[in-house]
Amino acid sequence: MMELQRFPGGIHPEEHKQESSSRPIHAAFVPKKLVVPMRQHIGQPSKPIVKVGDRVLKGQMIAEADGYVSVAMHAPSSGIVTEIGLAAVPHPSGLPDLCITLSTDGRDEWAARTPIDWRNTDPAALRGHVRELGIAGLGGAVFPSSIKLDPAGGPPIHTLILNGGECEPWITCDDRLMRERAEDILEGARIMQHLLGAEKLIAGIEDNKPEAIAAMRAAAERLGLAIEIAAMPTLYPGGGGKQITKTLTGLDTPSGGRTTDVGVQVFNMGTSYALARAILHGEPLISRIVTVTGHVLQPQNFEVLIGTPISELLLHAGERDGTTGVIMGGPMMGFDVPDMDVPVVKATNCVLAKSKELFPPKPRELPCIRCTQCVPVCPAELQPQQLYWFARARDLGRAQEYHLFDCIECGCCSYVCPSHIPLVDYYRFAKSEIWAREKEKRLSDIARERHEFRLFRQEREKKEKAERLAAKAQTKRAEAPAPGDAEQDAKKKLIREALARAQARKAAVTPKNTDNLPPEKQAEIAEIEARRAKIVEIAKQPVEPEQH
Amino acid sequence: MLTAILVMAGIAVALGAVLGFAALRYKVEGDPLVEKIDAILPQTQCGQCGFPGCRPYAEAIARGEADINQCPPGGEEGVKKLAELLGVEAKPLDETHGVTKPKSVAYIDEALCIGCTLCIQACPVDAILGAAKQMHTIIASECTGCELCVAPCPVNCISMVPLKEDLGSWKWKYPVFRLRQAT
Repeated sequence: MMELQRFPGGIHPEEHKQESSSRPIHAAFVPKKLVVPMRQHIGQPSKPIVKVGDRVLKGQMIAEADGYVSVAMHAPSSGIVTEIGLAAVPHPSGLPDLCITLSTDGRDEWAARTPIDWRNTDPAALRGHVRELGIAGLGGAVFPSSIKLDPAGGPPIHTLILNGGECEPWITCDDRLMRERAEDILEGARIMQHLLGAEKLIAGIEDNKPEAIAAMRAAAERLGLAIEIAAMPTLYPGGGGKQITKTLTGLDTPSGGRTTDVGVQVFNMGTSYALARAILHGEPLISRIVTVTGHVLQPQNFEVLIGTPISELLLHAGERDGTTGVIMGGPMMGFDVPDMDVPVVKATNCVLAKSKELFPPKPRELPCIRCTQCVPVCPAELQPQQLYWFARARDLGRAQEYHLFDCIECGCCSYVCPSHIPLVDYYRFAKSEIWAREKEKRLSDIARERHEFRLFRQEREKKEKAERLAAKAQTKRAEAPAPGDAEQDAKKKLIREALARAQARKAAVTPKNTDNLPPEKQAEIAEIEARRAKIVEIAKQPVEPEQH
Repeated sequence: MLTAILVMAGIAVALGAVLGFAALRYKVEGDPLVEKIDAILPQTQCGQCGFPGCRPYAEAIARGEADINQCPPGGEEGVKKLAELLGVEAKPLDETHGVTKPKSVAYIDEALCIGCTLCIQACPVDAILGAAKQMHTIIASECTGCELCVAPCPVNCISMVPLKEDLGSWKWKYPVFRLRQAT
């Protein structure tokens, strides 16, 4: 039995796990319409590679990874692409984003699936497959897994942690996944361990999930996998990457760093499962387990196709009267969805229906009395009351000095605040303001560079022009004394020739409309011509001086 | 007595040599204050301040010839930062130099463009692509929104389009407590 450490801070919110954890995972259903957003992961949005009207098969790639920090997207079911454009997406802003909308045909017909022989595949190629199969972290951050699985460019990874903390109240999707599909999770972990070259493999599961722990231990025995499965004490936010690293290995992540800085890589259970399905069965990430709970008739976990509208999911779980809204994610870190028609995305671990009884409206925010109750609960060992002060005063520099970016937005401080201050909202505001300013600064640096280059170019062009002119003037001066008769003659000859050509052309242009005329007209013309010739003759004679 | 004078003189010469060497060795190129001011200015290069670009304005501020409130794109916040850097009182933006507008980029109506290249010559950051008698277009990602290309266009085909907020540029808003509507 390994020795567990305790991370600083943390709280014990009401768990509410039983509501949904007792029922098995409901099999996937195919809704009529699927809306697949292109921005489901951190990094560059995927780029659509299908057209409106195309028929796509289940698992067929419909958008490719765009850049390094990106993954591909796949059709969650077979059907016709009906729209590629802006549509509502689950995001706290409520702004629409680029989505591919499919009208499903109900046949759920798979495209060709090719399992990959991962043991005999080059690691870089294997990571490429992970990217092409759309695998991103399903724990919430949705970071492309292919990058996390690249051991190069950082300290060597000695420990791989499978994160089964699932510390947030209400959510049970990883719990059910571990109970029902433990073997697949461990197969995925084996591939990850192979890619990372980690010596140690640990799964951390909070001790409020004894069935999951037992299932994982049994599966590990069946597979003969060397993995330590640790039962961690239940404490929010024990499932945070840095917190679980501290709990299981005792290593502290440095401020501003990642767990990889201390040689630990953390993956969510769902990600490991998705990776196993992708590599061993050739199934891209087109579905995930979602907990539907809260104010619904039958709280349960569902296997949900990515792109399924939330409203449809709520119908399956039994919508109830008096629903006041829906949270995507848990009550601590989730956000209110702006529109019931937004689709389930890779980050959606929970759909939590709210009611007045379960989630009474928040009491009014009162002034901070500097009681510092938020300090001992902060898992990042920050001073939330100071950060709040600086964020509120928009003193972003000071907020950064107080390690604002070590905040994991777990919400422990807001939870214990006796003044009900939405502290995390202030930190989020400060963080995004700082990011926006950094972006602005980058853009203004580029503008400065471009402007300076333009000035340099103009100066250079001016100089080059002056040089050219000077050189020309010099050659002219050098040639001036010998204009050469030959040259002059050649020029004159050219002029003469041109004149002759012009005359010849003039002569050639004789009126041609006189050919098919009756004889009398011909005669008339002849007469006129004769008269004209005579006049010309007369005009040619030297004018005789007139008598006076 | 003489030794004392010689010793003092020797020390003076030695120290002088050290100082002289340091002055040459650690010479500061350019005016660091100008750099600092220039870093605060938004680099739109719009010339609304009355100087041909951000750097000339920064130089003028450093020389004390220009006031700190002449940059509309920098806005009140820019004035505040300049005041902080220079240790002077912040003051409201001088409206004779223009008002702060939402960030926008130029847009060329390509059907109307006659390919005169006048806007290309006006653009301070080379963000317009085109050639004589060919249609021009704005490289939106490089456009600073300075509006310098709008005036020279003989067919009025350039307009300024305010940047729309999308998921990439969205920011968390400053938390406010929503007031309940009075009934």
